[in-house]
Amino acid sequence: MGGLQKKKYERGSATNYITRNKARKKLQLSLADFRRLCILKGIYPHEPKHKKKVNKGSTAPRTFYLFKDIRFLLHEPIVRKFREYKVFVRKLRKAYGKAEWTGVERLRDNKPGYKLDHIIKERYPTFIDALRDIDDALSMCFLFSTFARTGKCHVQTITLCRRLTVEWMNYVVTSRSLRKVFLSIKGIYYQAEVLGQLITWLVPYQFAHDHPTDVDYRVMATFTEMYTTLFGFINFRLYQTLNLVYPPKLDSKAESELKAEHEEDYAMDSESYLEKLSALSASLARVVATAEEEENQLDLFPTEGEDQENMQAREKEQKEQEAQKRLFEGLKFFLNREVPRESLAFILRCFGAEVSWDKSLCIGGTYEVTDETITHQIVDRPDMDKQYINRYYIQPQWVFDSVNAQMRLPVEDYFLGTTLPPHLSPFVEEKDGDYVPPEKLKLMALQRGEKPEEEEEDDEEEEEEDEEEDDVDDEELTEEKNLKKMEGTRAQGKTLAVKVTPGKVKPWETGSVGNKVRLEQEEKAEEKRLAIMMMKKKEKYLYDKIMFGKKRTTREVSSLRCAPNGCKATHFKFEWPSQSPDLNLILRCCGRT
Amino acid sequence: MEEKDDEGESVCRLVQPEGLFMRVKKNSIPRVQISTPYSTRPEGDIRNTVGNIPMEWYQDYPHIGYNLDGKKIFKPIRNKDELDEFLDKMENPDYWRTVHDKTTASDIRLSDEQVDLVHRLQKGQFGDVNFNEYEPSVDFFTNEVMIHPVTNRPQDKRSFIPSLIEKEKVSKLVHAIKMGWIKPRKPKETTPQYYDLWAKEDPNAILGRHKMHVPAPKMRLPGHEESYNPPPEYLLTEEERMAWEQQDAEDRKLPFLPQKHSCLRAVPAFSRFIHERFERCLDLYLCPRQRKMRVNVNPEDLIPKLPKPKDLQPFPTTMSLVYIGHSSLVRSISASPTGQWLVSGSDDCTVRFWEVNTGRCMKTLEVGGAVKSVAWNPNPAVCLVAVESTVLLLNPGLGDRLVVSSTDQLITSYEPPEEDKEQAVTWALSEGPEHDNGHRLTLTHPKAVKQVVWHGKGDYLASVMPDNSSNLQVLIHQVSKRRTQNPFRKNKGLVQCVSFHPLRPYFFVATQRYVRVYNLIKQELTKKLMTNCKWISSMAIHPGGDNLICGSYDCRLAWFDLDLSTKPYKMLRHHKKALRGVAYHKHYPLFASGADDGSVIICHGMVYNDLLQNPLIVPVKVLKGHQITHDLGVLDVTFHPTQPWVFSSGADATIRLFT
Repeated sequence: MGGLQKKKYERGSATNYITRNKARKKLQLSLADFRRLCILKGIYPHEPKHKKKVNKGSTAPRTFYLFKDIRFLLHEPIVRKFREYKVFVRKLRKAYGKAEWTGVERLRDNKPGYKLDHIIKERYPTFIDALRDIDDALSMCFLFSTFARTGKCHVQTITLCRRLTVEWMNYVVTSRSLRKVFLSIKGIYYQAEVLGQLITWLVPYQFAHDHPTDVDYRVMATFTEMYTTLFGFINFRLYQTLNLVYPPKLDSKAESELKAEHEEDYAMDSESYLEKLSALSASLARVVATAEEEENQLDLFPTEGEDQENMQAREKEQKEQEAQKRLFEGLKFFLNREVPRESLAFILRCFGAEVSWDKSLCIGGTYEVTDETITHQIVDRPDMDKQYINRYYIQPQWVFDSVNAQMRLPVEDYFLGTTLPPHLSPFVEEKDGDYVPPEKLKLMALQRGEKPEEEEEDDEEEEEEDEEEDDVDDEELTEEKNLKKMEGTRAQGKTLAVKVTPGKVKPWETGSVGNKVRLEQEEKAEEKRLAIMMMKKKEKYLYDKIMFGKKRTTREVSSLRCAPNGCKATHFKFEWPSQSPDLNLILRCCGRT
Repeated sequence: MEEKDDEGESVCRLVQPEGLFMRVKKNSIPRVQISTPYSTRPEGDIRNTVGNIPMEWYQDYPHIGYNLDGKKIFKPIRNKDELDEFLDKMENPDYWRTVHDKTTASDIRLSDEQVDLVHRLQKGQFGDVNFNEYEPSVDFFTNEVMIHPVTNRPQDKRSFIPSLIEKEKVSKLVHAIKMGWIKPRKPKETTPQYYDLWAKEDPNAILGRHKMHVPAPKMRLPGHEESYNPPPEYLLTEEERMAWEQQDAEDRKLPFLPQKHSCLRAVPAFSRFIHERFERCLDLYLCPRQRKMRVNVNPEDLIPKLPKPKDLQPFPTTMSLVYIGHSSLVRSISASPTGQWLVSGSDDCTVRFWEVNTGRCMKTLEVGGAVKSVAWNPNPAVCLVAVESTVLLLNPGLGDRLVVSSTDQLITSYEPPEEDKEQAVTWALSEGPEHDNGHRLTLTHPKAVKQVVWHGKGDYLASVMPDNSSNLQVLIHQVSKRRTQNPFRKNKGLVQCVSFHPLRPYFFVATQRYVRVYNLIKQELTKKLMTNCKWISSMAIHPGGDNLICGSYDCRLAWFDLDLSTKPYKMLRHHKKALRGVAYHKHYPLFASGADDGSVIICHGMVYNDLLQNPLIVPVKVLKGHQITHDLGVLDVTFHPTQPWVFSSGADATIRLFT
C-alpha cells in the first residue's frame, strides 16, 4: 500500500483543458486582446467530454480551451506586438499631455505594426487549404466594401476590401469559373469553382446599411483584418496561375479605348483606375501575352470497364462545363440604369457576353443604347417608351435562370412587364422523396431537350412516378390540361369538371391480376412488420428515429404539395381572356382564383 | 493705360512730392483728404489747427476750429436741403468730383490729376505715374563667395565657445539613445504587401495543433424559400406567419420570412444582413467544434434478415371459426387431447364444451362461480376437466362411450387408505343431479384458486392459490389416490402460475419476477430464471422440455433456453399491451402469445436437437379478430393438439379458431 496518495485533478482531462480566464491570465492579455488573438490564430473553445471532471467538480458553465492551444499561443510573436502597441499608446498620450510635439512625431514615426503573413501561412500550410476556407472571407469583404466611408471602420479597410473584391471578380471573369448564381432576399449568392473548390459567397444588395447597435464591430474588424490578408495572398496566387499581372492592370488595348472615350475629369487617376477595373468591361493585362487560351483537352488513358465509363462521364461533364462557359458568347447586352449593374456585368462577362451601360451610370461602358448590334437589353421597369425591334427586352432574372439552367432559356417568360416565373435555388439537390417544385420539373425536361409542347407527356410520366401519392399533385401537374379542357367545355355545356376518383377495390372481392400484385405487396409489408418486431432494442430505436425523420420530411413534402397558396395560381401561363366571366367563375368554384 | 484714363486731359504732368504719395499709400483710398486744388499740402491740414479729433465735437458750434492765427474758422453757411442737393447733383457737371472736407466743412472740387490718381489707386497701380515696378533687381548678397566680409565687425567670443545649453540638450539625447528610449526611424518596408506566400508550400508542415484542427463548417446553402421570387407553395400562409412571429428566434425553422417580390427592382435591403455576418463570426471563434460521425444507415439494413414466413408453414393464418355462447369474458380454454373437443371457462359462471370442427356448444355446466382456469386431462384414455372456484373434476360425457365409462371407472376405483391423513383440501364425490351433470370430484380449497394444471401423465394436478402471506400457495394433487400435498415450506413470493415439465420430474413455479425450477424427486431448487420482467402473467414449456416462454404484463415475452443460461435467450416486445397468455404447440415448432391489444402473434420457434444451434425464433403471423372490451383483449391462447390451429379466448365473450 506504499506510494503517495494520488491527488485529484492533477492528471487526465483536468489538465488538458484550461478555462478562458486562466488562459487569459497565462498569456497576460486583456480580454479584448485575447479575443483578437483567438480570432487571428483560429483558436476555438473545446467541449470536454466530462465537464465536471475538467471543471474540478464544479458544474458552473465555463468555456474551456485546450491547454495545448494556449501553450501554442504563448509562442506567438504577435502577442509581443500587442503589448508594444499598448505601450506606444501610453507614450503617445503622455507626449500629448506634455505637448512635446517632436516627441509625438517621433513616436508616430515608430508606430509598432504587425503582419499576419506568418499566421496565414501557419493556418493554411497549402494554397488549397486557404482556398477551401475563403467563403467567409469573401462574404465579409463584400459586405465591408459596401460600407459607407464614415464611422464604423477605417476607410483604408473599406478601400482595401473593395480593391480585393474587385480583383477577385476580375479573376473570376477571366478564368470564367462562375457556376451558379441565386437572387435571394438577403442578397445575391454566387458560386464559383476555383481550382476544383466550390466557393460560395453572398453579396448584399446595393443599399446603405442600417447599422445595428447590438453588433460588435471590433470583432468584425478583426476578422476582416485577417481575411483581407488571406484574400490578398490568394488573389496574388490566383493571378499568378493565370499569368495575369498583379495588382491587376487593364489590357493596354482596352485601356486606350477607355481613355479615348472618357476624357472628362471623372475622378483622381488612382481612383478611376479602380473604377475602371470594377466596371469589369475590359480584359486584364497578362504577364506573358498569349494569343488565346489553349484548349485543355482531357488526356485519354487506355482504360477498361468501369474506368472507361467514369472516363466518359468525366469527359461529358467537361464538355458541359465548356459549353456553360460559353453560354452568352456572341451576345451583346445593354444594361438599363435600374438594374444592378455590377452583378449583372460580372455574371454576363463571366459567360462571355459583351456588356455595356449608359455612360452616365458608370465608367467603362463601351457602346451606346443606339447600337444596332445589341441583342438583349436588360430592363427592370414595367414599360419602355422607345424600343428597338431587333433586340429582346428582358428582365434580369433571365440571366440568373439561364446561368443556373446552363442553357439560354426561352426569353418569352421574361419579357418586359410579364409576370416572372418563380426563381429557384440552384443549390438544392433533390433526393428521391424530396419535394420538387413543378417549375424545376419543367426545367429538367427542357434540359433534356424536350420541347414545352411535350409537357403533357412529361406530366404523365411524373404521374406514373408518384402514383402512390394522392390525386392532388396529379391535379397540379395537369392543371393546364384541365384548364384547356375547361375552356373547351365552356363553349358546350358550362358544366363544372366533376372529378370521379376510382374507388379502392377490396382484394377479396375480385381475383384479377392487379389484386394479386396488391396481395403480394401486402404480404411483403406484413413480412417487414414482423421482421421489425424481431429487431434489437438499440437498432429499433435507431430505426424508429430514422423513420421518424423520414416521415417528417414526407409530411413537409406533402404539405408543400397541397399548400393552400399552392393552387399555383401564378403557374398558369395564360392571359385571362378579356370577356370570360364563366372561366373566372369556374376557376373560383374549383378553388383556384 | 494712363493716357486712356485721362482722355487727353493730363497733357501737363504735375510732379508730385514724395509726401503725398506716401500718405495716400498709408491711408485707405476712399479716405483721401484733399484740401485745395491749387496748393500742394504737407502732412496734416495747416488751415485748421484742432488736430486729429472727431469733427462731431464742433457740431453745435458755428465754427469748426481755428486757423494758424487763432481766429475761428466759421463753417460756410449751409442751407442746402435735400432738394438743393438733388438739383446740384442734376445740374452741376462737377458734382461727381466734388468732395466734402470735414475739417473745414467745405466742398472741394478735385482736379484732373487728383481724379487720375484716385483712378490709378483704385486699380491697384502705383500712385506715381513714372514709377517703374519692373526695374532690374540688384543683388546685394549673392551666392558667390566674396573674399571680403560684408561688415568688418569682429566675431563674438560666444561663437568660438561651444554652447552649454546645446551641450545639455545633446547629452540628454545621447543618454536617451543609449538607454534605448529614442529609437532611430524604422526603415521603410521593402517587401510588397502581397506576394506568393505559398511559393514553397510543404503539405507535411502541419503543426501538431492542426492535426486536431476541425475546419469550420461552411454556411448552409440557400433553398428555394430564400428566393426573392419563390414558388408560391413556399410562402407562408397567414396562420403560419402568425406562428412564426410568435415563436422564439431560436425555435424558428426558418430564420426569415419567405417573401415574394414581383421584380428585382422591388427587393429591399435585408435588414439582418450585418447581424447574420456577425453571428457567423461569433460562431467561428466562440463555438466549440466537434467532429460528429454521422452513420449513414439504410434503415432497411437494420431490419434483421429472417426466413420468409412462407417457408415456415404451416401456421394458422386466418380466422375460421368463432365459438359464440358465453355472456362474459372467457378466462380460460383447453383443448381435449384428441383435438375433438374444447372446454372454456368464463366469468358468467359456466363451463362450456364445444365441438371443435363445427363450433357447436355440446354442453353447458353451471358451476356457481367465475371460472378462472380450465384444463383438459392430457391422458387420452380418460377425460377429466379441472374447473376452478373450488376445483372440480368433471366428466363431460362427450365422444366415445368407452372413454366416458373408463373415466368413471377410474374415479370410482379409488380405495380409501387405512389411515386418513389430514389434508389441506377436502375431496368429495359428487352425487345425484350433480353427478348427472358430469361432476365427479370436488376439491374444496381453503382459498380462491387461480390456476390448475395437469401433469403430462394425467394423474397429478397442481393448483395455484396466490397469497403473499403464507406458504400454502401451490398444491399438488394425485387423483388416483385422492391425496394432496403442499410441496413448499417457504413462501418465495406471490405465485403467478405453475407448470409440470412434460418429460422429467421438474416443477416450474413462476412468481412475480422469477421462475423457479424444482426437482420433485430430489425435492430441491435446481434453477432460478431471471425474467427481467416486472410481472409475469403466463408461462409455457416447450414439449421438448428445454425451453420455456414467459409472458408478462409489461408487454414482453421472454424465451429461455434452460441449457444456456438463467437469463432470457430472447426478449420479444412485439405486443403493444400486456400479455395474458402464451402457449407452445405440441408437435409443430410454433408458439403463440395473446395480449390485451386484441392480437395473437404466432411465432415460429424451432428448437434443434443439435445442442450447438440456438433456437430460431421468427414471428410469422399477427392474428387479429378479438374486440377489446374493458381494455382487455385476448385472455388465453391454446393450440390444437394435432393440427396447426390456435384457439384464443377473449374479453368479448368469444372463442376464435385460427387455422
